[in-house]
Amino acid sequence: MTDVTDNTTIAAPPVERRNSGLRIALYAALGILLVALPLFSGDFYINLASQILIAAIFALSLNLLVGYGGLSSLGHASFLGLSAYFAAWFFTRGGLDHTSAALVALLGTTIVAGFFGLIALRASGLGFLMITLALSQVLWGVAFRWASVTNGDNGLSGMTRPMPFGIDLNGPAAFYWFSLVIFGISFVLMAIFTESAFGSALRGTRDQPRRMAALGFDVWLIRWITFVYAGFWGAVAGLLYVYYHKYIHPTSLSITASAEGLLSVIAGGSGTLGGPVVGSILVVMLKNYASAYVERWNMLLGIVFLVIVIFMPEGLVPGTKRLWKRFTGGAK
Amino acid sequence: MQSSQTRTVLALLAVVLVGALGFSYIASIRSAQFAIVQTLNSLALGGLLFLLAAGFSLIFGLMRLANLTHGALFMLGAYIGANIMRSYEGVSLWVAMLGSGILVALMGGVLERFVLRKLSSNSLGQVLVTLGMSFIIADACLIIWGGDPIPVPTPPDLRAPIRLFGYAFPTYRLAVVVLAIVAAVALYLLLERTRLGAMIRAGVDDMAMARAVGIPVSKLFTAVFMLGAGIAGAAGVLGGPIMSAYPGLDADMLPLALIVVILGGVGSLFGAFVGSFIIGFVYTFGTALLPDLAYVILFLPMILVIAFRPQGLFGRIAA
Repeated sequence: MTDVTDNTTIAAPPVERRNSGLRIALYAALGILLVALPLFSGDFYINLASQILIAAIFALSLNLLVGYGGLSSLGHASFLGLSAYFAAWFFTRGGLDHTSAALVALLGTTIVAGFFGLIALRASGLGFLMITLALSQVLWGVAFRWASVTNGDNGLSGMTRPMPFGIDLNGPAAFYWFSLVIFGISFVLMAIFTESAFGSALRGTRDQPRRMAALGFDVWLIRWITFVYAGFWGAVAGLLYVYYHKYIHPTSLSITASAEGLLSVIAGGSGTLGGPVVGSILVVMLKNYASAYVERWNMLLGIVFLVIVIFMPEGLVPGTKRLWKRFTGGAK
Repeated sequence: MQSSQTRTVLALLAVVLVGALGFSYIASIRSAQFAIVQTLNSLALGGLLFLLAAGFSLIFGLMRLANLTHGALFMLGAYIGANIMRSYEGVSLWVAMLGSGILVALMGGVLERFVLRKLSSNSLGQVLVTLGMSFIIADACLIIWGGDPIPVPTPPDLRAPIRLFGYAFPTYRLAVVVLAIVAAVALYLLLERTRLGAMIRAGVDDMAMARAVGIPVSKLFTAVFMLGAGIAGAAGVLGGPIMSAYPGLDADMLPLALIVVILGGVGSLFGAFVGSFIIGFVYTFGTALLPDLAYVILFLPMILVIAFRPQGLFGRIAA
């Protein structure tokens, strides 16, 4: 039980590098579509898109652990929530300006991630999952109970959006573009991380931790660095989250919030770059549309969990790829 | 053997020490009566946590499955018990406990047999399914029983406190502690002295070999899962007069049970026992002394244990 992943070798899919013209054109079209979205859609959809971008950064950061590191965390909302709380508290109560509050939030959350990593990475597999869950539940309890600081169940309100370079972000379109820029930066930096030599080593520790250790890699350190890096990007998502809502409540630290992130990763396809983004689109849309018709988001979330795990365990993106390959392969 | 006995003694000493320190500190700043009540609260919470954590730990030890529905099963048990006692006049708490335990055990059996069984090769999938199920159960409870807490009446003959040496001892809490200890002894005897227990231990130690010598491991899985679920459900009713049944009870109990298991070590009954009472004391005294930071104080024992013994105080298998 020390290394669950040791016996179950997950064959990494061969990376295809077909930079065909069609593919580049597709990406360019997608990029233009994303940038131009506010020009042709209403406020509701622009806001929905902003929420998806924030959720996607969060899911991408969790995917570094779950997909690339084989470390299933059930407490990733800690970092989103903590960063949002830090920013809101230092801005509304601590008397800091936006830039300093944001820096404190990012730095503070990353330090906490480093500390949590020290604790949680004493175990792997299910132990890691249980410890991350317990740690995040402790933070959730603190947010609820330490009312003199966190304002308890009322949450912290009074947050405003920053004005980077004097640009007002209060309009839906402006905030969307701001989120898109941050999302772009996060996506690229996380992609570089996973595609680098370090990323390969990380995948190595996921598939064959013992062999990696025998080869001289410091498995623990690789995992810890990934944990901290993922915590940092979770904090970035948390900043955007608190700017978007101008408010933060303990539910953002709850197991439901962590589970939504994990569902986005698993539903889209863990260990792929596109998967968590697709998963976030699915989860955010489902949450928004479903809650317009039914009150039971938690029940729906649970059912979606069951359906995904039982019927499409590899996720929508690899699942669809597999079906597509079968389809095109059958046509030959 | 020597070292394990030493550890056992040390751990028990630790529990006694944490309790005694907390007791004398509270007694010095408040009153002895207040300290007595808090100590009994700690012991009662510890007893309930033990019932929850023991099932969780047994299931984890045998099936390598982190059953995240355990908190939800506890809450469901509390609701079913409250419902039985409200619907049928004159039904005692003990009957409600039994009924609720059986119902929750049956639900656990169905969950294990028809869902978890299908995912036996996918341990992350199993965890996610239990998490999904916990959301579904919690939401179903909210639909059926609404958002207001439902009180569970204390049995009439346990309402009056026992008077001893001029102090009042809350009787029901004493009863909870006694029941938890009885359950602990029963579970110990079941595991160590019966054929079923021998088969469970064989499965925990070496699953493949247990199968090879003809132990019906898959039936054992269902039996242990039902046992764990049933104890959790019954514990929900037992906790009812203290905590009542309310939405969010699952989210309050599950992390405590997880910390107990991390502390005591997965798969160890004795670890669950010691861990439960440590957490019971730390959490209760934390809440009494520093209500804002009770959750932060929970960090401390957990971090200490993980730092020095990642497999938990009495864990034989690393999680």
